Amino acid sequence: MPAELSAVNAGFSYGGTPVLRNVTISVPAGGQIGLTGPSGSGKTTLARILAGLLPAGEGTVTCNGQPVQRPWKQKGHGCGIAMLFQSPRASCSPRLTLRQIIAEGAGRTSRGGRARRVEQLAAQVQLTPDLLDRYPSEVSDGQLQRACLARSLAAEPGYLICDEATAMLDAATTASLVRVISSEVESRGMGVLALSHDRPLLEAWCTSVTSLAALSAASGER
Amino acid sequence: MNSIAIRAEGHTVRIPSRTRRGTGWVHAATDVAFSAYRGGVHALVGESGCGKTTFASAVLGMLPPGTMAAGELDYVDASGTRTPLTAGRDGAARAAKLRGRVIGYVPQSPATYLTPVRTVGSQLGETVRELGGARNPQDLLAQVNLEAQALDAFPHELSGGMLQRAAIAFALAGGPDVLLADEPVSGLDPDLAQLTLGLLRRVADAGAAVVLITHDLQRLADSGTADEVSVMYAGRIVESGPASEVLELPSHPYSRDLLAALPANGLQAMPGTSPELTDLPPEYSYAERLAAAAEAGYAR
Repeated sequence: MPAELSAVNAGFSYGGTPVLRNVTISVPAGGQIGLTGPSGSGKTTLARILAGLLPAGEGTVTCNGQPVQRPWKQKGHGCGIAMLFQSPRASCSPRLTLRQIIAEGAGRTSRGGRARRVEQLAAQVQLTPDLLDRYPSEVSDGQLQRACLARSLAAEPGYLICDEATAMLDAATTASLVRVISSEVESRGMGVLALSHDRPLLEAWCTSVTSLAALSAASGER
Repeated sequence: MNSIAIRAEGHTVRIPSRTRRGTGWVHAATDVAFSAYRGGVHALVGESGCGKTTFASAVLGMLPPGTMAAGELDYVDASGTRTPLTAGRDGAARAAKLRGRVIGYVPQSPATYLTPVRTVGSQLGETVRELGGARNPQDLLAQVNLEAQALDAFPHELSGGMLQRAAIAFALAGGPDVLLADEPVSGLDPDLAQLTLGLLRRVADAGAAVVLITHDLQRLADSGTADEVSVMYAGRIVESGPASEVLELPSHPYSRDLLAALPANGLQAMPGTSPELTDLPPEYSYAERLAAAAEAGYAR
């Protein structure tokens, strides 16, 4: 059973307009893969297909050899694919505190166990304890994205997909989030797929960087 | 040319903050010295939340009610006459008279500043009429490399990069002497960012003083747009000088760490996190953040 998250000859069309054709990509456990492409090239569609948020129109998507299913059909955490989105505001409930947002990812454990886990995750992403009782409207984008990363890491996912996750953040916050993600890769062998139009960022972050255009072209030749 | 247009000396701003966690004062600017000259681009850089945008609000006379301002922040016209922008009870009123006509503003996230139900052309035409601008909308759009078709478009029909350039056209409508641009390249891909910064450079070359607020040091360094760079941390300017010096051989530890965080320089995470500006201790400096990070076990 290969320890990888992969799509083989994946394709997708929105109402007859193809956005992805014949894309083959593999994210090995413990690897950090960067994928670039201009706005509108289908990066987000591919990310959603790999995460199981969108069923692939064509091709197969597997995680550690098992087909990737829609999240609500997976038992427990499935094989554990987490996603970090571009806009933290759009991916958090405005009615939950940062502490509750992080706890959402921690799953079902005892209440005390979950509280300890939230505090441990907050420390890992450098959120100070006073921020945990605030609502999203009371923190900056950078602080909220730190909370979203903590939520994603709470269930110890096997794979993390970052879709332009740092595009709205300053360089200092970006560097510190990348450091947290890379340390998860080193300590647990998490696999990472980072999608961005910022190639220099991916080259500094990932072990290998490729473009979406190159992926489609390579599979087209087969 | 090269006469001073914006001058700050000991500029200090305290904004009252009332939240459900209690009341306090946001130390948005402390003892800021800053000068922008006609024909030049002066970039104000720093992490999010360090007080950059509040500086723009002060220049525009748009600080929130109840704000306490001290020190000097002046607009200086070409003949050398000073207009204080924050001093006294009517500072904001004086600044309001200059806003648009003398000091143009390119806001952060321009999409939210336009009315969604009217075309860009009708809004730009109104802006030109209200400000008594000398140039027509077609002319203004041409200057920012937008085609005249954009006049008939509604804001949602333009891409982020086009809206950003349209925002510059709006800011230029009154023929301003000073152009203040707040994060004009955030969210743009490298080519569009380069194009947008190039436009701001041309505005400066045509004789205006440009103040460029950005957290994107990479684009700033790559484009070579700025003549001068000031680095802000927790409401204070920690370093200021010619762009080549500050961006290549910074002398302050904060500037050095900020530059080391860039992808091209190794993506090194900065120690600690930036502080809340509410009720910041008076003598707070970057050294305290470094000490706190060292105590928490931070190591490069």
